[in-house]
Amino acid sequence: MAECHPVGFQWVMEAKARGTKVFHIDPRFTRTSAMADHHVPIRAGSDIVLLGALINHVLSGGHDFREYVLAYTNAADIVSAEFRDTEDLDGLFSGFDAESRTYDPASWSYEPAEEGEAAPRGGEHAGGGRHHAETARPDQYGSGGATAHPRPRRDETLTHPRCVYQLLKRHFSRYSPEMVEQMCGIPAADFHRLAAAVVAASGREHTTAWVYSVGWTQHTVGVQYIRSAAILQLLLGNMGRPGGGILALRGHASIQGSTDIPTLFNILPGYLPMPKAGVNRGLEEYLAHAATDTGFWGNKRSYLVSLLKSWWGDAATAANDYCYDYLPRLTGDHGTYSTVLGQIDGTVKGYFVVGENPAVGSSGGRTQRLGLAGLEWLVVRDMTLIETATFWRDGPEIETGELRPEDIGTEVFFLPAASHVEKEGTFTQTQRLLQWREKAVEPPGDCRSDLWFYYHLGKRIRQRLADDEIDRPLRDLTWDYPEHGESREPSAEAVLREINGTGPDGRALSSYLDLKADGSTRCGCWIYCGVYADEVNQAARRKPGGEQSLVAPEWGWAWPLNRRMLYNRASADPRGRPWSERKAYVWWDEERGEWTGADVPDFERDKSPDYRPPPGATAQAAISGTDPFIMQADGKGWLFAPSGLGDGPLPAHYEPHESPLPNLLYGQRANPARKIYDRPETPYNPAGSSRFPYVLTTYRLTEHHTAGGMSRTLPYLAELQPEMFCEVSPELAAERGLVNGGWATIVTSRAAIEARVLVSGRVRALRLQGRTIHQVGVPYHWGWAGGGVVTGDAANDLMPIVLDPNVYIQEGKASTCDIRPGRRPTGRALLDLIEEYRRE
Amino acid sequence: MSERMGFFTDTSVCIGCKACEVACKEWNDVPDDGFVFRATSYDNTGALGASTWRHVAFIENGDGWLMSSDVCKHCTDAACLDVCPTGALFRTEFDTVVVQSDVCNGCGYCVPACPYGVIDRREGDGRAWKCTMCYDRLRGGLEPACAKACPTDSIQFGPLDELRERAAARVAGLHAAGRTEARLYGEDPADGVGGDGAFFLLMAEPETYGLPPDPVVTTRDLPAMWRWAAAAALSMVGVTVLATAGRRR
Repeated sequence: MAECHPVGFQWVMEAKARGTKVFHIDPRFTRTSAMADHHVPIRAGSDIVLLGALINHVLSGGHDFREYVLAYTNAADIVSAEFRDTEDLDGLFSGFDAESRTYDPASWSYEPAEEGEAAPRGGEHAGGGRHHAETARPDQYGSGGATAHPRPRRDETLTHPRCVYQLLKRHFSRYSPEMVEQMCGIPAADFHRLAAAVVAASGREHTTAWVYSVGWTQHTVGVQYIRSAAILQLLLGNMGRPGGGILALRGHASIQGSTDIPTLFNILPGYLPMPKAGVNRGLEEYLAHAATDTGFWGNKRSYLVSLLKSWWGDAATAANDYCYDYLPRLTGDHGTYSTVLGQIDGTVKGYFVVGENPAVGSSGGRTQRLGLAGLEWLVVRDMTLIETATFWRDGPEIETGELRPEDIGTEVFFLPAASHVEKEGTFTQTQRLLQWREKAVEPPGDCRSDLWFYYHLGKRIRQRLADDEIDRPLRDLTWDYPEHGESREPSAEAVLREINGTGPDGRALSSYLDLKADGSTRCGCWIYCGVYADEVNQAARRKPGGEQSLVAPEWGWAWPLNRRMLYNRASADPRGRPWSERKAYVWWDEERGEWTGADVPDFERDKSPDYRPPPGATAQAAISGTDPFIMQADGKGWLFAPSGLGDGPLPAHYEPHESPLPNLLYGQRANPARKIYDRPETPYNPAGSSRFPYVLTTYRLTEHHTAGGMSRTLPYLAELQPEMFCEVSPELAAERGLVNGGWATIVTSRAAIEARVLVSGRVRALRLQGRTIHQVGVPYHWGWAGGGVVTGDAANDLMPIVLDPNVYIQEGKASTCDIRPGRRPTGRALLDLIEEYRRE
Repeated sequence: MSERMGFFTDTSVCIGCKACEVACKEWNDVPDDGFVFRATSYDNTGALGASTWRHVAFIENGDGWLMSSDVCKHCTDAACLDVCPTGALFRTEFDTVVVQSDVCNGCGYCVPACPYGVIDRREGDGRAWKCTMCYDRLRGGLEPACAKACPTDSIQFGPLDELRERAAARVAGLHAAGRTEARLYGEDPADGVGGDGAFFLLMAEPETYGLPPDPVVTTRDLPAMWRWAAAAALSMVGVTVLATAGRRR
């Protein structure tokens, strides 16, 4: 965190000054490790073993926060007798189809309270995840809430062998300190110190927070890493309480914003799922499948209709399903990596690259560039002439002779972009906080904001439209923002106000609770409703922290409804009283009959803790007064996920796709549902191969930004880390003849790159399974050109294209490699070297 | 003259982000210092110099990493200022030491005079450059750029007396927490430079960070030397007089 989020790390330092203990679990010794009380080096790709052992420690030692667990999680829920755990099937859950490499989650569902009891709305969701699996694929699980029976059978004594608590206990029973030692390379004493600290800092009086970043997500089991942390935090009562939670540190500014108002293919604004071809015919069918009916997703009709009204205005009417049919349909996986493979195959003809540099910044650099070379046209919008725009004339494949500029038919349009200080708008950071920033200076020359680009592109396209019926959705689009200045910049505030939404009177709405399903309200993103409440840009508020409460509600605006902590009803006990004076945050005021406290309560303000839903209730009315997790179908925190995941209801440790070690826990070595691509462009290192004996991991440095387009070009940053380097331990340096300050060549089946060598005692060789495991670390900030004052080989050229099955994220943090002294060969000889490694 | 202003750099909370180096260069328009991979941990700017006025050291000491942002010490007894023949170096109303680039003639006398090796001449420019403690910002009522940019308050700016009190309390606190290796460096007015206007809290011996353990103002002996020289001159005069007198006789 100190390494990649130094500004945010000031708060960790402040917490430390107040006595907080900081553990840093990372394969790498970073600036964070230097400031932590304890650095715990771990083998890259083994974190679920560690987290699973912590869960086991909590369960077997009786350290769980029992009152919280019973009331707020699904620990007592009883799971179908059809369910089989990885303990039964040697690393598989029930429902796996080996041919399609997918799970049917039907057997993971809850057992209904009464045999044959109808779930709300005709039993649509009574089958747990089955229906969801039929209508959506894992790529849609992140949206709209996973379905589950809202009232399963429960055993409050937690003794039923099929209750979630007992399933969990059994599932993690072999995740022991010894296993941690053998799989993670963490000595048992270090594990016990960590476990004791986590338990001691949890409960009524204390909370523990976990902070992660892409070191946890970029794995073929990335989503399950986060699930492991969620289970641990729920068991310890650390969710929805001050000082608790799981904090995702984002990769760049406003990445949170770019999922809220998505740049992802599979969701609409506000996490509504994108319609699927063939299964979401018509508004009614979409709504039947889109999300849960109980909990706040139960208002999905209002969210979607208001969105459609926002996009198509008066053209959207009840008679035409509010233009639902104007929405594009998904026909499958349209994620980044399938798109790139489509470019190679000739099915993807054009590509917009905006603020990204895939030729250097995405896994499998060569595959990315072959994709770019297969396009008809490519638009690159950036501040500098990044490698993605120049691959056709100076890319590595030109140097090796694989490609020739005269053979590449891609027409490249490079359009200069305005920087963040040259445009107005909001950033949404990881805390869901929207912060408005003003334009400080005019962009120079032809540089324009992204808003300008898309708005004027849209206007020009619309001018060229014929009367053809197929163009009607574009013609009907509301596309009329006020413009100002010489360059006719559209008003970003007008866009924010449109996102906020308006009521029948045309005035800005102040809450998503005011959204209607009858077409009388418009809202561009339901979770952002209120950011323009009272016709005021709430995101622009800048009242200093010292002049307001500790929660600082008047700095910017957080979605939803300016809540700074989600699910904060859990900061009070089931009866609505704070768990302790020390950790009081939000509580029920019996006298006034409402929830109150330091933050905006994440609960209906007047819903008493005594409220129990009547039979057949839907939406928030189906959530009882003691259920804090109001976006879930049952209002509970899910220790066991009966649906919503493509690779199992519980996290299980699987080795990375490329790993030097066997899986000691199961016969199943790697995640059975991971996405593998059998492609000649991007071959894999065989698992356990002696040719690639070292663990390879990629990372960032404080001094640079992502693929370097915004830092290699700046002398003040470039001089601080001027060359691509790799970090190795003194032991590995001795083993391979590497010299500090010299050169090394790092080889995988995809590429061989060169880097300067930094030998450091900070890099620890790990002892496990009777052998020494060396890890090679490479920052990924360099590329061959990019208008940079410093250049170097790209680390991502080394990485495989193998993905997590839920969110299609690449395994960028754990693979294998070889490392040898000296610079890499050039030209044809470089290809020969890689070929030699592939053959062996 | 206003209160004496200074820096207290608490290296125990330095996270090595180098924001101070960058902010300093941005504000003061200092050029880059070359693009050299030095293979010295995460430090590629090496040392303070004409084009690096804040420098973050990364010291790998076995199982840890010491990070520390070095800067001109703005000595009470500043030798650079003593030896400057043009008056380009002067003491400001904040009791800091600043080079006026439009007066400096590049003679370079100040360079060997500095007991810390801070001030240096810039290649191709010839003039001497160093930290000004953002003299222009101070005159505008702002704190120096490095202190402003520091996310963890490792670099603190303020009236020197106040900083010394704060530093003493911080050391006491660290000692109480068992961090007995914590010590102050340059805070003592009785040291060889009369105390630094920019002093430090270090977590190891000064030598570990490349700092002289017992710096002495290089012009300390100048008055004495002048006295010796004067005495020598006087005695020469005496001899001459005697000789002349003798001749008269």
